[in-house]
Amino acid sequence: MAAQTEEVIRQTVIRVLGEIAPEADLATLKLDVSLRDQLDLDSMDFLNFVIALHQSLGVDIPEGDYPKLATLNGCLAYLSSHSHPEV
Amino acid sequence: MRRFNATPASGPDRIRDTPLSESTFVGAGIGAALGGLRPVVDVMTVNFSLLALDQIVNNAATIRHMSGGQFSIPLIVRMATGAGRQVGAQHSHSLEGWYAHIPAITVLTPATVTDAKGMLLAALNEPDPVFIFEHAFLYALDGELDEAAFSVDLSHAAVRKPGHDVSLITFGGSLWKTLEAATRLAEDGIDAEVLDLRVLRPLDMPTILVSVRKTHRAVVIDEGWRTGSFAAEVSAQIMEGAFYDLDAPVARVCSVEVPIPYPKHLEDAALPQVAGIVQAVHAVVGKR
Amino acid sequence: MADFLMPTLGADMTTGTLITWRKKVGDQVTKGEILAEIDTEKAAIEIESFHTGVIEQLLTKPGDTVAVGTVMAIIREEGTRSGQVEAEVEAQVKGERKEQPAAPPPPQPRPPAEGERVRISPAAKKLAAELGVDLSTVHGTGPDGAISLEDIERSTQTMGYRRETSGTEARPPIAQSPSPIASAADAAADKQARMRQTIAAAMTRSKREIPHYYLSTTIDMGTAMAWLTEDNLRRPVTDRLLVGVLLLKAVALALREVPELNAVWKGSDVIQSPDIHVGVAISLRGGGLVAPALHQTDRQPLGKLMKNFQDLVKRARAGALRGSELSDPTITVTSLGEQGVETVFGVIYPPQVALVGLGKLVERPWVVNGQVVARPLITASLSADHRVTDGHRGGLFLAALDRLLQEPGKL
Repeated sequence: MAAQTEEVIRQTVIRVLGEIAPEADLATLKLDVSLRDQLDLDSMDFLNFVIALHQSLGVDIPEGDYPKLATLNGCLAYLSSHSHPEV
Repeated sequence: MRRFNATPASGPDRIRDTPLSESTFVGAGIGAALGGLRPVVDVMTVNFSLLALDQIVNNAATIRHMSGGQFSIPLIVRMATGAGRQVGAQHSHSLEGWYAHIPAITVLTPATVTDAKGMLLAALNEPDPVFIFEHAFLYALDGELDEAAFSVDLSHAAVRKPGHDVSLITFGGSLWKTLEAATRLAEDGIDAEVLDLRVLRPLDMPTILVSVRKTHRAVVIDEGWRTGSFAAEVSAQIMEGAFYDLDAPVARVCSVEVPIPYPKHLEDAALPQVAGIVQAVHAVVGKR
Repeated sequence: MADFLMPTLGADMTTGTLITWRKKVGDQVTKGEILAEIDTEKAAIEIESFHTGVIEQLLTKPGDTVAVGTVMAIIREEGTRSGQVEAEVEAQVKGERKEQPAAPPPPQPRPPAEGERVRISPAAKKLAAELGVDLSTVHGTGPDGAISLEDIERSTQTMGYRRETSGTEARPPIAQSPSPIASAADAAADKQARMRQTIAAAMTRSKREIPHYYLSTTIDMGTAMAWLTEDNLRRPVTDRLLVGVLLLKAVALALREVPELNAVWKGSDVIQSPDIHVGVAISLRGGGLVAPALHQTDRQPLGKLMKNFQDLVKRARAGALRGSELSDPTITVTSLGEQGVETVFGVIYPPQVALVGLGKLVERPWVVNGQVVARPLITASLSADHRVTDGHRGGLFLAALDRLLQEPGKL
C-alpha cells in the first residue's frame, strides 16, 4: 500500500510539473537539483505547483515548508510523510 | 490700414506727391537714396510696379555692385499685391516671386499686423533696397499688434503653428487660408506645421529644412501662378536639401494659369483656397 | 447595425488573422461576449463584442489576414428589424462603409521584376537600408502606391505574415536571428520569430522616439514581508498571496498620486488615463513576453487581484489572452528579481510613458534607527518619458511607492 502511495505521489508530482512546464522533458529531471532551476519556474509557477499538489493529494503545505519542496526528492519525501494513506 | 496721415508728424517737406508715373517716382526715390536720404516709395500696387522695373532691376539692385561699393541705395518700396477682390486681371497680380528672383534686394511679405509694422521699421535700417509686398486682402483683417515687437527680424521664417505630419509653407495673404486648412486637417487627425516665410529673399532655407526633416512632407502654398512660381523655388530647394528625408513628392497649391477672372466664382476657382490646400495635404499624407 | 472591427491590440499591431468565429450568422451575441479568436504576431487572442444583438453577417473567413479597422462582421442591434426593410438599411450601411477611410487591404507584396525600379520615397528607402528591409516584401500605400516610411515601419512588424503568403524567400530582416526560419512547417519557431519582430519594432521605436530617464530607489520590504507571511498563514493554500501582488497594488496606488505616469502618448499629445490598468510583463516559456493589463489594478482588493493575476499569467502562457487585455495597459511593470536581477533599467512600451522595474528581494544590512539590521530589500526603478514628466515627478512616484509599501495592511 505504501509503495503504491509513493508511486501515486510521484506520478502526481510529474503530472503537475508537466502542466506547469509543458515543454520540459520530465524524464531527464534530476532528483536532487532545484526544480526552479531545472524547469525555470518562477514564484507564480511554484505557487501553482503547491496549489495543484494540495488539490490532488489533499496535503496542506504551509508557506514555511516551501523550501522542503525544492527538489524532486524533497517533494516525494515531504508529500509521503504528510499525505493520508487512503489517497 | 495701408494709408496713414503722416503729414503732421513728419512735416510736409518729407511727404511728396508725385505724378502717376511709376518709373519716375521710383527713379526719384533711388536718386534720393543715392543722395543720402532714406526714402519710402509707395508704388501702391504691384500691378503697375512693372512700369518701374527698369529702375528697380537695372538701377536699385545694381548700383552698389557696379560702383564698387561707393554708392548704396537704402530704399524702401511698398506695394499691395494679390487677388481676391474682384478687380480684374490687370489689378490682381502676385508678382513678389518675380522680385525675389533678383539678387541684392530684400523681399518681404508681411502676413501679420506685427510684421506689417515691424518690417517697415526694420527696413529703415537696411543699407540696400527693400521691397515690401502687402497682400491687399490683409488690409481688411483685424489682428493683435505685438507692441513689444517694435522692429522685427528680417531674416527668418516663422513657425505659425507647430505640427508633425506635414509642413505647409506659405507667405503673405495665403497664410490665413493655410492656417484655416491646418485647423480642418487637425479634425482629420493630420497635425500640420505652418511656416510663414515672411522673407522671400534672402530665403530662410534652414528653417524650412528643419521642418521638412521633421515631417517628411511639404506642401507649398503660393498665390502666384504655378509655372516659375516662388513655390517652385521652395520646392526645388527642399529637393536639394532634404531629398532623403522626403516621404512624398513636394506638392504645390498655386493659382490656376489664367489671367485672374473678374466674376467672383471664377476668381475664387482660380486662387488657392482652403479646400484645395486640404486636398493637396491628403494626397501627400496618404491614408490615415 | 454595428460593425465588428479587427481591433488594435497594442500600438504595433497592423493586421490580424481570424482563427475562428465563436458565433454564426443568426446567433445572439451580448456585449463583452467572445465573438472571435484572432491571431496576432504575439498570441491568439479572444475578442469581445462591443455590441449586443444578432450576427447579421460574417465578412471575414477563418485564415484571412486583415488590417486593423477592417469590418469583420455586422451585428444587428436590438430594436432594429431584419428582413426586407433591412436590406435597404444594410445597403446603406455597406455604402457608408465604403466611404469610410478605407482600411488598407492586406499586404499583397508584388516582387518587382528583375531590373524594375521600386517606387519608394527617398526617406523610406533610407530607413529600409538602415533596417535591412527587403523591399520586395513591402506593399506601398503612399502617394501613387509608393512605399512610404510608414510602410517600412509596418513591414518590420508583419514580416512573418508576408513570408508565409508571398511564397518567395525573403532575406531575414536585421532584427531576426542569423539563421533564417527553417520552414513554414516549423510554426512554433515562426511564431517565435514573429514575436521577436514585434518586440524588436516596439523597442526600437521606443528607444528612437522616447527620451527615457531612469530613477531607482531601494525599498525596505521588512514590514511588507512580515505582514504577508502573517496574512498568508490565515489564507488557505489556494488563496495565498505573492509579494508581486503587493507590489502591483502599491504601484497602482502610487500612480493615483502621480497620474502623469499613467498615460499614453498620441502624436504630440499626452493623454492621461482615468483608469489604472497596470500591464504586467509575463515572460513566456520558450522565449518572448507579453504585457497584458490587470484591469483597474488600483481598485481591486489584494485577494481578487491575486486571483486575476494568476488567471492572467495562466492565460498568457496558454495563448488565450483577451483583446482588451493587450490594448488597455496604461503602464507596464516588469519584475526580473526571480532571475536574480537587482536593478531593472526598463525600456518603455510605446505608447505608454513609463515602466516600473522591480528587482530581486534580497536580505542586506540596512540602517534602522541607527542600528544596522538585516532587512529584505528590493530595488524599484522607474523608466519614464521625459517629454511627459520630469525627474521630480518620477521621484515623487518612487517615494509614494516606498511609503505605500510601509503600510501593507492598507493596500
